[in-house]
Amino acid sequence: METAQPTVLTTEGLEGLLGALRRRGYRVVGPTIRDQAIIYDDIASITDLPQGWTDTQEGGSYRLARRENDALFGYAVGPHSWKKFLHPPVLRLWRAERDAGGRRIVPEPDPDERFAFIGVRACDLHAIAIQDKVFLQSTQVDPHYRARREDAFIVAVNCAVAGGTCFCVSMNTGPKAEAGFDLALTEMLGEEEHRFLVEAGTDAGCAILAELPHNSPATTDDLCAATAIVARTAGSMGREMRSDDMHELLLRNLSHSRWDEVAKRCLTCGNCTMVCPTCFCTSVEESSDLAGVETSRSRRWDSCFTMDFSYIHGGSVRSTVRSRYRQWMTHKLATWFDQFGTSGCVGCGRCITWCPVGIDITEEVNAIREIEPQ
Amino acid sequence: MRVATATADPMAPRLARVRRRRRDGPDVWTLDIETEEADGLLFAPGQFNMLTAFGVGEVPISFSGDPAEPSRLVHTIRAVGPVSTALARLGPGEPIGLRGPFGAGWPMAEAAGRDVMIVTGGLGLAPVRPVLYCLLAERERYGHIVLLHGARSPNDILFRRELEMWLRRHEIDIEVTVDHAISDWRGHVGVVTTLIPRAAFDPRHAIALVCGPEVMMRFVITGLRDAGVADDAIYLSMERNMKCAIGSCGHCQFGTVFVCRDGPVFRYDRVSQLLALKEI
Amino acid sequence: MEGLERIIKEHPFFAGLDLGFCALICGCAKNVRYEAGQYLFHEGEPANEFYLIRHGRVSLELHAPERGAVTFQTLGPGEVVGVSWLIPPYRWSYDAKALELTRAIALDAACLRQKCEADHDLGYDLMKRFMPVLIQRLQTSRLQALDVYCARPLKPCA
Repeated sequence: METAQPTVLTTEGLEGLLGALRRRGYRVVGPTIRDQAIIYDDIASITDLPQGWTDTQEGGSYRLARRENDALFGYAVGPHSWKKFLHPPVLRLWRAERDAGGRRIVPEPDPDERFAFIGVRACDLHAIAIQDKVFLQSTQVDPHYRARREDAFIVAVNCAVAGGTCFCVSMNTGPKAEAGFDLALTEMLGEEEHRFLVEAGTDAGCAILAELPHNSPATTDDLCAATAIVARTAGSMGREMRSDDMHELLLRNLSHSRWDEVAKRCLTCGNCTMVCPTCFCTSVEESSDLAGVETSRSRRWDSCFTMDFSYIHGGSVRSTVRSRYRQWMTHKLATWFDQFGTSGCVGCGRCITWCPVGIDITEEVNAIREIEPQ
Repeated sequence: MRVATATADPMAPRLARVRRRRRDGPDVWTLDIETEEADGLLFAPGQFNMLTAFGVGEVPISFSGDPAEPSRLVHTIRAVGPVSTALARLGPGEPIGLRGPFGAGWPMAEAAGRDVMIVTGGLGLAPVRPVLYCLLAERERYGHIVLLHGARSPNDILFRRELEMWLRRHEIDIEVTVDHAISDWRGHVGVVTTLIPRAAFDPRHAIALVCGPEVMMRFVITGLRDAGVADDAIYLSMERNMKCAIGSCGHCQFGTVFVCRDGPVFRYDRVSQLLALKEI
Repeated sequence: MEGLERIIKEHPFFAGLDLGFCALICGCAKNVRYEAGQYLFHEGEPANEFYLIRHGRVSLELHAPERGAVTFQTLGPGEVVGVSWLIPPYRWSYDAKALELTRAIALDAACLRQKCEADHDLGYDLMKRFMPVLIQRLQTSRLQALDVYCARPLKPCA
């Protein structure tokens, strides 16, 4: 990679970045407000970004609020994650057509779009890296994920605020974007200024940065200011969880009474699995036209909280709420290490915020650690 | 061209055709399948395919045929759900989708030179039949071979004629027991575990292969351990929900492992702790 | 008499039996033989004996009107037939039928019960031999009741 000096970009420069990406053929997606939440969708210009908005998050609670300034990235994460683009909620895998010889299997063509993600947080960079391990570095490569992932252009944003349910510091996944991006921004807002410190992580990032207007080399003061912003965020995490012993802790406590306790609150709605940026489980479903000429198979996000998930003939392996919550949490925090060599949790806090009854994964782990049966 | 593109995606099946279908029990059917490739599909005993009934869906089914005949893929299916029922209804010439082979099979290399104790229950005989073909093909490589099989009733005994044929050849000891019987059944009645103490094998130098419903396997393993078989000499085949067979749909997780990819055959000592817990 | 004693001592059910107990038990024992199809006893009859199988096989059956005789267990050489003689009201709760020519030792229940009452050490020894058989049969019955090979467990199954 060419070594690129950190650069400072104005808001016009950022607009220029969006334009440059679009000219290169990318479908530019980023944060925008919809249904009273900050979600990820197509953005045409920086005016689509949630300027001046923030989010207030707690267990089971998410509210938008006005900020005192015009920050474009002054919030944490919302209900969406980038997996909805890389690992779509519903995806047709193939079709089978009846022809003279019998059947013909028609593979699903690769998508004809390339994504540029704007505003990817450090936790979500880690989440993408984790799904890379699941879909690209496993025994079998998933071509659907690869087709979306390979050409994606990632513009990360270092977090200037920590959400009420954030705990990336505990999981060593943030708040600073360390790797896995093409460009990383730090938003700097002062009395008179609204600028972005930009670091390039790849050649593609360098190349596009070089052609942007309104950019100037970063000064030492700029670098110090950006460091201070991230440090302040790191110091104001909403949650905390000891993560160095999770694997052993949970696997030696599979019969802990806390699972019964959490089962009384858990509604098994599966929200946590849908908002989780690493949850990858899917089911497949078959459909056919009425004439039976064409059939197709689709893949759909699935959740380990459903009864069907573990169904084998006769019944479900995990029929109790206790066992299904335990499966989710021990997978996320423990068995994921055995399977993929990494934690399945990045500390984004989405599962806490979007749980309708506010079950808090950090609290559950701490409760198990506090009262360990001998 | 068609094959190349179809196999690029591990989730897309290859096209195959049913060649023969026969009944092996009240709701059990065995299909012989041939692929478009002339040389068929090499597989190891204990592995499985994902079979598609077009327009209905896909389920994992173990190979139940002879690995030495890769051009004739044999699968024994119990019609219990919509997909298995649709598969079991496919007649000669009908198209079927096939992905595989998947999974880690039975430890054939480990069995060489030792007594082989096989305990199966119900449909659990099907995934073990390829083992029996292999053992019989090189009979002299193994010590005593014992097959203990439990079935629900005499009418439910899988591959009954083949078992009788093997019995007459005296190359393996075969004992079959049923849970209950009426009329003219003259064989054993009782659970399959009761056959273990009476079986002629050397538990200290035997390898044991167990396949059947999980609760049956738990008690069989207890019986084998009581008889003196070491934990690391017992292998079992696990069943879990499977959608992808490549370790990426999450359904078949059994603690740390994916049954589809790391199993379905596991050495007992490696899963004994999980097996002792409920709803893992 | 000496032949009976040897047979009893060598039968797996009485493995390691005390010589004194052996003599007491022998006093209640006799050789019996059943042709294939012959019944050892029927449900409802007084449980006056129990049997140590030497050769042959015995099936234990329950009669259901719509299904006929249903065999729930078969027993072979080295195994014991009959536990109802141990506890009041000393009545058989199933039929026992020889599946093939069966030779066994029959032990007189009244005789043995009397000796057990008189010598509780003998009674305790016998109890320790019967209890594992009872527990094992209870466990296997549970497994049979689970109907694990049924395609749709715990639901009506054709």
